[in-house]
Amino acid sequence: MIATMLAEAWGALIANRLRSMLTMLGMIIGVAAVILMLAIGGGVQKEVQKSISGLGSNLLIVTAGAGRQGGIFGGAGSGASLRIEDADAIAGLPDVKAAAPSTSLPAQAVAGPANWATNVTGSTPAYFLVNEWQAGDGRIFTDREERAGARVAVLGQSVADKLFGANDPIGQMVRVRGISFTVIGLLEKRGQGFGGQDRDDVIVVPLTSALRLLGGNFFRRSIRTVSVSVASAEALDGVQDDITTLLRRTHRLRSGEVDDFQVANLTAITDTLSTTTRAISLLLAAIGSISLVVGGIGIMNIMLVSVTERTREIGIRMAIGASRAAVRLQFLLEALMLSLIGCGIGVALGAGIAFALSGVIGFDTDVTVFAVTIAFAVSASIGIFFGWWPATRAAKLSPIEALRS
Amino acid sequence: MTALLALDDVVKDYASEAGVFRALHGVSLSVNKGEFMAIMGPSGSGKSTLMNIIGCLDTPTGGVYRFEGVDTASLSETALARLRNKGIGFIFQQFNLLPRLTALANVALPMVYSGVAKGERDSRAQRLLASVGIGDKPRSRPSQLSGGQQQRVAVARSLANTPKLLLADEPTGALDSKTGVEVLALFRDLNEGQGVTVVIVTHDPEVARATNRVVRIQDGRVFYDGPPTEAALYGHDLAAAAS
Repeated sequence: MIATMLAEAWGALIANRLRSMLTMLGMIIGVAAVILMLAIGGGVQKEVQKSISGLGSNLLIVTAGAGRQGGIFGGAGSGASLRIEDADAIAGLPDVKAAAPSTSLPAQAVAGPANWATNVTGSTPAYFLVNEWQAGDGRIFTDREERAGARVAVLGQSVADKLFGANDPIGQMVRVRGISFTVIGLLEKRGQGFGGQDRDDVIVVPLTSALRLLGGNFFRRSIRTVSVSVASAEALDGVQDDITTLLRRTHRLRSGEVDDFQVANLTAITDTLSTTTRAISLLLAAIGSISLVVGGIGIMNIMLVSVTERTREIGIRMAIGASRAAVRLQFLLEALMLSLIGCGIGVALGAGIAFALSGVIGFDTDVTVFAVTIAFAVSASIGIFFGWWPATRAAKLSPIEALRS
Repeated sequence: MTALLALDDVVKDYASEAGVFRALHGVSLSVNKGEFMAIMGPSGSGKSTLMNIIGCLDTPTGGVYRFEGVDTASLSETALARLRNKGIGFIFQQFNLLPRLTALANVALPMVYSGVAKGERDSRAQRLLASVGIGDKPRSRPSQLSGGQQQRVAVARSLANTPKLLLADEPTGALDSKTGVEVLALFRDLNEGQGVTVVIVTHDPEVARATNRVVRIQDGRVFYDGPPTEAALYGHDLAAAAS
């Protein structure tokens, strides 16, 4: 019986092709909007995730405490509290994959006639591991070169472009604060960071060389930051606590004394960002679903017209034995069919636009099974919800009155 | 002979702006299985109301209407729908076929509501179309058929669930006289061949003449109940006799 009624509902929609199409248009636009919005939202979320993981995943950053001279704070990292030995100790903690001590200072880099103001970072080879950064060309320096204080440098893309232009920088010399370094590697391009800063605008040299040659002899063994790569996201909090305990002990801090360092956890940033992007995509979907509701009202409108037009048909059906339940079911099925076919076309349209759009806006949009399932579930509910009243009106008709019309 | 349907002092009131209008003033009537009869009366006599009650499309305000011994007042809406579906076959003046459906689908429709499986439905509908003489047009839509052919489809549809009662409302009213005679002959065949009880509501004496019994209704009362005599068919002498 249901199969026959479905066939009849289909026949009724086909009999009024243009009207059915126009009615469905509301659903089509609504569903397409929701699918598209969710796809864009999902794409943004993935994009954000990707740039966060570009910062180095499961990363903890230990910064030296603020230096203070006569009550005036010098800003985070300006103190001399963090030492290379601390980095070695941290590297020995469980669940720590690598710990890279680093210090950095602004400097004017000169190569032949060209010069450029940039940041020179001194660190160990672990720096590249922790930051998931590789040499795109040439090589990074070795532990031996680092310990020996070799005069070698690895350049970021932007610095290489400014100093050498189209020429191959490998093997060339770069002068920083009067010291000559041989360029041995060119790093992969990383693009912008979250603050919009150019993350490729950097020169990395061995930490020992930076401390000996560039930093003067003021803070010999002291460094600004230790970047710590943790084995898994679950272990982050534990490692953070371990580092705090370890450093408080080695720095001989008594209980009650404030930490002379900070441990920053990047997952906090990640979480905030994904919460924000999720909120944005939900907002977009909510806007899309308003048009779904409008589409549902369109269906109700046309179903009411249809019931009025087909009063006589309803009377005939009742006379030959259709129960009120059967009449209601027939009109509900028609409403449901309108909304579900509309939904199907809407999903195809939304996914198509999303696909076409990813080429234009430069990142992948993301049409998920979840979004499509939700679209169909919501459309079915809308069909039943907005079809109920017209169907009930049809079912409540008196057969005699209906036949007389 | 057992009574297929029995009306006992049936009263029907309609509420109107002018107050309550009484369409039927206590009608008592009994129809046996296998009868072939006509209900006659001028317009406004209450014969349509009577037909609606007999057809279980409407319920009486007072009195009792029994179909196969069951008081219809005790039946739910759904049970009444089932009774219309299986117990009664309707034939209307304007055929009342569904224009979107083919002849075959129209005939099969009552069987959809009685839950007959698709294959059986279609083969039975095809047999019924053949039995009313239009077995060659199952795929035609009503608009492609003549009035007589449409009424034959309607007759086939009314027989779909082998009803106890065929209830026809002016079945020849929209047909030319030759086709009308053919449709009446079809009723006669069904009545004599298959023993179907046929009740025709009409104001046409020529239609009523073909039946075995005439019930005349006037002003909501049974005025005459007997064989189709000339007086009964035309009503003049009855009115004179009554006054």
